[in-house]
Amino acid sequence: MRILRGPLPWLLLLLVVATVGMPATKPLFHAMFPALDRPMYEQDSFTALMLAHLWLAGVASLVATIVGVALGIFVTRPAGAEFRGMVETVAAMGQTFPPVAVLAIAVPVMGFGESPALIALALYGLLPIVRNTITGIETVPADTREAALGIGMSRFQMLARIELPLAAPIIVAGIRTSVIVNVGTAAIASTVGAKTLGSPIILGLSGSNTAYVLQGAILLALLAILLDVAFERLAMWLGGWRRPA
Amino acid sequence: MTEVGRKRLSANRVLLLLLTVGAVSIASLAFVSHARNRLVSGKPVGFIQAAQLAHTAPVTLLAAGVLLLLAPFLFPARAGRWLSLLGSGLTLGGLGWVAGAAAIGLALTGSPSARTSLGAGFWIAAVMALLAAGDAAQRLRLPLSLIWLTALLMLGPFVLLLGLGELNQLSILKEFATRHDVFMAALLRHILLVAGALIPTVLLGIPLGVAAWRRESVRRIAFPILNVVQTIPSIALFGLLIAPLSSLSDAIPLLPRLGISGVGVAPAIIALVLYSMLPVVRNTTEGLAGVPATVQEAARGMGLTRRQSFWRVEIPLALPVILAGLRITAVQAVGLAAVSALIGAGGLGAIMFDGLFANALDLVLLGALPVIFLAVLVDLIFRVATGLTARWSA
Repeated sequence: MRILRGPLPWLLLLLVVATVGMPATKPLFHAMFPALDRPMYEQDSFTALMLAHLWLAGVASLVATIVGVALGIFVTRPAGAEFRGMVETVAAMGQTFPPVAVLAIAVPVMGFGESPALIALALYGLLPIVRNTITGIETVPADTREAALGIGMSRFQMLARIELPLAAPIIVAGIRTSVIVNVGTAAIASTVGAKTLGSPIILGLSGSNTAYVLQGAILLALLAILLDVAFERLAMWLGGWRRPA
Repeated sequence: MTEVGRKRLSANRVLLLLLTVGAVSIASLAFVSHARNRLVSGKPVGFIQAAQLAHTAPVTLLAAGVLLLLAPFLFPARAGRWLSLLGSGLTLGGLGWVAGAAAIGLALTGSPSARTSLGAGFWIAAVMALLAAGDAAQRLRLPLSLIWLTALLMLGPFVLLLGLGELNQLSILKEFATRHDVFMAALLRHILLVAGALIPTVLLGIPLGVAAWRRESVRRIAFPILNVVQTIPSIALFGLLIAPLSSLSDAIPLLPRLGISGVGVAPAIIALVLYSMLPVVRNTTEGLAGVPATVQEAARGMGLTRRQSFWRVEIPLALPVILAGLRITAVQAVGLAAVSALIGAGGLGAIMFDGLFANALDLVLLGALPVIFLAVLVDLIFRVATGLTARWSA
């Protein structure tokens, strides 16, 4: 079983067990924080919070990936070349904006709730993906393109069979950045009215309940590390598939 | 339409798109919104009504700005771009002035507690003006650091209006006026948090980067750990630090007196330093590894000792890469310092989150906009510094 090698399946197992089994650790938190009346966050189940968190960060990342890759392809075609400079400038400038500030600004502009958070996350997550898509397509050597055209490929075939596959490792690196940032920012989105793994952390911080903070923080940290390791595996797989040795 | 005219129109599709989006949003969305007091939600005021309230001068400035923005459609390449750049600055100022003057007009009729805040139409048009400036600057082939600088200069007319008090009736400035001292203290605290994180990062990170460059074993241990830390979301890392730090301060009575406890500035700075290490260590190692072996050999050949060669050859050549790492770290720290308000570290994030928790939207902007501005400014400073050292060491 090759899949069982490496930390990925064990991390996944750990995350699922920790999420589902968190309420069972109540005695432990009771012992750690004897001063607290309620040492276990029980407003929502941790499974529901985890799923809501995955939904928010996942949909935002999916939208960011689709729009970002499409935009990156558009500005590297002759028809969209004129927009490329502006898209690159906006992507570079936008990435210096702190994600938490972007999230906060969404509230005066669009109101409280899950959908403003989703839009803010998707917009912010777009930037690294657009940037890396452009860079990735750009690194395809000119003679590779010429060879593709030379063997009679159409422009579309060249994009689908040559440019995108060769650019894939760089595009996936952009998606990885986007997903990791979105998972973190989605936690802060609980301050703008979305239920996520950040909810116990924020409630714990405002009510000085360190147990709540720990419960949310442990699950959130595990989720981010799991996703990062998964992307690491994906990058290795893409790298190996690119150069059959 | 003449052949040349059609060509100029089609060669400026970016500008055409920005102008169209700006015009449509101005025509269809609220330019400002007016509320009787801060508790009720505002009624939208369209651009036409705002312009009528604002009288001649602000509208003229805006019109002049928009006309200059159109310059690339009429004049050949470079001159048109420069005029367009100027025009976007004036447009931005004009938009602000119309909004500010409309707010003054509305304040004359309403009660003193009435509030006028900027609407979606204003925001979208302002962003379009900034993007037009960016596009013009980019077509003039200005380097990125200069693009930032022009963008800041674009804000010049806006800053002038602020200084003259023309915008004082807008709710965000009313909010600023009532919280002037709180705001200044928060801004100072924010800068201190960032500086307080950067100084230990440089003192620890650069030597660690040098050690990782020299020894494979250091690299093998340091990078995986720093990578995992960087992956953990900021709010989770802050949370994970609270429990150990507060039990530590309970156990050692001296620590709370030094200001070290589970919440506040100490855990914020510890977390910020942990986050800031990776870019600095990684770039130090990469920068040093990027010094060509031939250069090192030449330095030894000239009779420099290893130590002399390190300080006079390797470090200066690696400096632009190290500074690039510091830039990433500093920009990141500005944003993370805002999150650290959640664990009681204060700073601009405290204003922002107070606004979010109290549903006071102007307060949110008063916290969030300066955070963005600060991040942009830090990025600019480091880019200019990196550019200078690259030229100097070349």
